[in-house]
Amino acid sequence: MHIIESGNVAAATGVKLSRAQVIAAYPITPQTPLTEKLSEFVESEEFDAQYIPVESEHSAMAVCIAASTAGARAFTATSANGLLYMSEQLHWAVGARLPLVMCVANRGIGAPWTVWNDQQDTMSQRDAGWIQIYANDHQQIIDSVIKAFLLAQTVSIPVMVCYDGYILSHTYMPFEQPDQDQVDSFLPPFAPKNFLDPENPGNFNPVTLPDVRPGVDGEIEPGYIEIRHNLHEDLRTTLDTYAAIDKEFEEQFGRGGNPLIEQYKCVDADFVAVCIGSLSYQLRDVIDLMRDDGVKIGVMSVQMYRPFPDEVIVAALADKKCAIVLEKALSYGNQGALYGDIKSALYNSDTKPHVHNYILGLGGREIKTQHLLDALTESCKSPETIGDTPRWIGLKL
Amino acid sequence: MDRLKIIKKNIMEKKTTILNLTEEEFVHSGNRACSGCGLSIIYRMGLKALGKNTILVVPPSCLTVLQGLYPVASTKLPCVNVTFASTGAAATGVRGAMKALKKENVNVVAWAGDGGTGDIGIQALSGACERGEDIIYICYDNEAYMNTGVQRSGTTPQGVLTTTTPIKGKLQEKKDVPAIIAAHGIGYVATASAAYPLDFYDKVKKAMTISGPRYIHVHTPCPPGWSFDTRFTIKVGKLAVKSGLFDLYEIEDGEFQLTGESKRLVGKEKPPVTDYFNSQGRFKSLDAELVKKVQERVDAKWAKY
Repeated sequence: MHIIESGNVAAATGVKLSRAQVIAAYPITPQTPLTEKLSEFVESEEFDAQYIPVESEHSAMAVCIAASTAGARAFTATSANGLLYMSEQLHWAVGARLPLVMCVANRGIGAPWTVWNDQQDTMSQRDAGWIQIYANDHQQIIDSVIKAFLLAQTVSIPVMVCYDGYILSHTYMPFEQPDQDQVDSFLPPFAPKNFLDPENPGNFNPVTLPDVRPGVDGEIEPGYIEIRHNLHEDLRTTLDTYAAIDKEFEEQFGRGGNPLIEQYKCVDADFVAVCIGSLSYQLRDVIDLMRDDGVKIGVMSVQMYRPFPDEVIVAALADKKCAIVLEKALSYGNQGALYGDIKSALYNSDTKPHVHNYILGLGGREIKTQHLLDALTESCKSPETIGDTPRWIGLKL
Repeated sequence: MDRLKIIKKNIMEKKTTILNLTEEEFVHSGNRACSGCGLSIIYRMGLKALGKNTILVVPPSCLTVLQGLYPVASTKLPCVNVTFASTGAAATGVRGAMKALKKENVNVVAWAGDGGTGDIGIQALSGACERGEDIIYICYDNEAYMNTGVQRSGTTPQGVLTTTTPIKGKLQEKKDVPAIIAAHGIGYVATASAAYPLDFYDKVKKAMTISGPRYIHVHTPCPPGWSFDTRFTIKVGKLAVKSGLFDLYEIEDGEFQLTGESKRLVGKEKPPVTDYFNSQGRFKSLDAELVKKVQERVDAKWAKY
C-alpha cells in the first residue's frame, strides 16, 4: 500500500508490521511522534503488544533488555540525550547479545540545548557494539526497521535504525507500506534457544572472571575477553549477513540492493562526496549541478556504519582522486569520526584518494546548497592542497 | 517454655514454623556469601516461599556474588542480572514479556540491596510502582554499600562508621524507603528481618497472593560491615527489632499494622537502644547526645503504636 506519512510513522508502522511484543519508551523530541503512534496502535488494539510508558530512557532499555532475555521481541526509540542516558544499557544489551531494535531520530546533544538535527548522538555510541543502520528516506526507514529485526535475531546483536530528526522524522513523504503477510513470511517469530525459563533455569549476565574457567561438568567456559572477542568476530560477519538479508528483502519486496553503502553517479566519478543520512539526497542536487559543469563527481552514503563496511568503501573509493567526507558529528579535538574511519580503511590500499573532511549542520544549522556547492567545488579544484584538517561549512563567526 | 508457647501460637495462627516449612531448596549450599551473612538466610527462605515458578531480577549487590561466578550458579531459579539503576524497570520488562508470551503464572521477583533500591534504583522502582507493575520487590537492607566495601548509603543509620564516614560516622538519618514506597499506594508493603526468617517467609507467601507491585524491606545484619562476630547475626537482628529501632509491619491496602515480634512488643518494656549499639563495632563513635536523641525518637515512635 502506498501512503504519505512522516518518518516517525514509517518507523512505527515498521515496528507494528514486525510484530514487536514489548515496547518501552520515554518521550524525547524529535522521537515522540513515533512512540505516540505506537501507543495509539496498541491502545486501539490494532497492534497486540505490551506498551510500557517508562519513567526514563535508562528504564526503557532496561525493559527491552529484560523482555528480550525472557524471550520477547522488544523495541524502543529515542534521540540525543535520551540515547546518552541509556548508554550504560546499550553496552549491556550488546554484551548480553540481545536482538533489540531501536530507532534513533538523530538530534544534537546539549549543552547548550538543541532539539534540532545532527548525528553526534549515535556517532558518540559507535563503540558500544550495536549495529548502526542509517536511513536516507522514509522508505528506507520502514524497510530498515523490518530488516533490522531479522538481522538482530540472526546475529544476536542489537540494531539501531537511525534517521535525521525533523528532516526525516517530521516531514511527510510517500512510501510503500509492505503487507503484513509479506512481512510475516520474511520475518519469523523470535524463538531464542536460551531465555528466562523456570523449566530450564540459568543465571544470565553473571560476574565473569578475567580467565577461562571450568564449569561443573569440567568443560572450559570463556572468560570476559573471549566473550568480547566473539562479539567482535560476529559483528564482522554481520556485514555479509545483512547483505544477504537485504537480498532476500529485495527478492520479496522489490526494494533494496544497497545495504552497506548507497552510491549516486559514482561509477565514472573522479570525486566522491561521502556522508551519512538524508544529506546524501541534498548532495545529489549539488552533484548534478557540478556534473552540468563537467565535474565528474558522485555521492556515497554510508548505510551501515557499524560494523564498518571498510572493504566495500575501499573498493568504491580507492581509484578516485578525492573523497570529500561531510559530517554532522565530530570527535571533538580530533576530526569527524567517519572521516577517520574512511582514512583508516584506505591506509592499506595500493591506490588511495585524497580525503577531505567538512563539518556541517550541527544543532540543525541550515545546510545551504550553495555552501555545499562551494565546498565541493573547492575540494575538486585543489584536492592536493586543501589538507585534511576538518573544515566547517556555514559557520558565522 | 515461652518458645514453645510461641510455636503453638504460630501453628494456631497458621503461620509457618520449622515443623511445616517446605524442605525444597533453591539455593545451593557452599555459595559465595560471607559466613554469618543475613542475606543468605533470607534468600534461602524467600526462594523456598516463591518456589520453582519464579524469575529473579538482580542488580549488582552482594547477591550477585552469592549467586556465583560464571559458569557456576548457586541458585536453581532463572535469574537475569541487570544494571544497578534498572531493577524495577527490568522486572517490568520480564513481566511485560510474560504477558506478551501468555505465561501469566510466573512470579517476577526483583531482589536488590538497600543502595540498589533506595538510592540508585529508586527512580526505576518508583516508576514500576506508579505503573502498577505485577512484581514482587524484595530489598535486603544491610544499611550500606557492603559489596563494594561498606560505603555509606541513604539507608545507613545516623552515626554509623563506614568507609566513607570513617571518623565522625554518618551525619544524616536513615532514609525510610518502605514509607516512600508505601506513599505510592501499592497493595502490599511489609518489613521483615533476617533474624525472623519464618516471618519473612510468610510475608513473601502473602505477597504472592496479591497482584500489582508488592514491596518487602528486610533488615539484614552483615557481620563484616557492621563489625560483629559471625555467630551473632540473629542476635543482632533481634536486638534491632526488640529495642524498637527496626519495626516489623505490613501495610495492606493502606492499613498499617505491626506484625510478629514488633506486635508483641506493644506496651512492653523494651531493652535500650544502647544494647543494640553496643553489639556492633559500627556504632562506636556515637556520642551520648546522639544516643539520647535516638532513644527519644524510638520512644516517641512507639508511643504512637
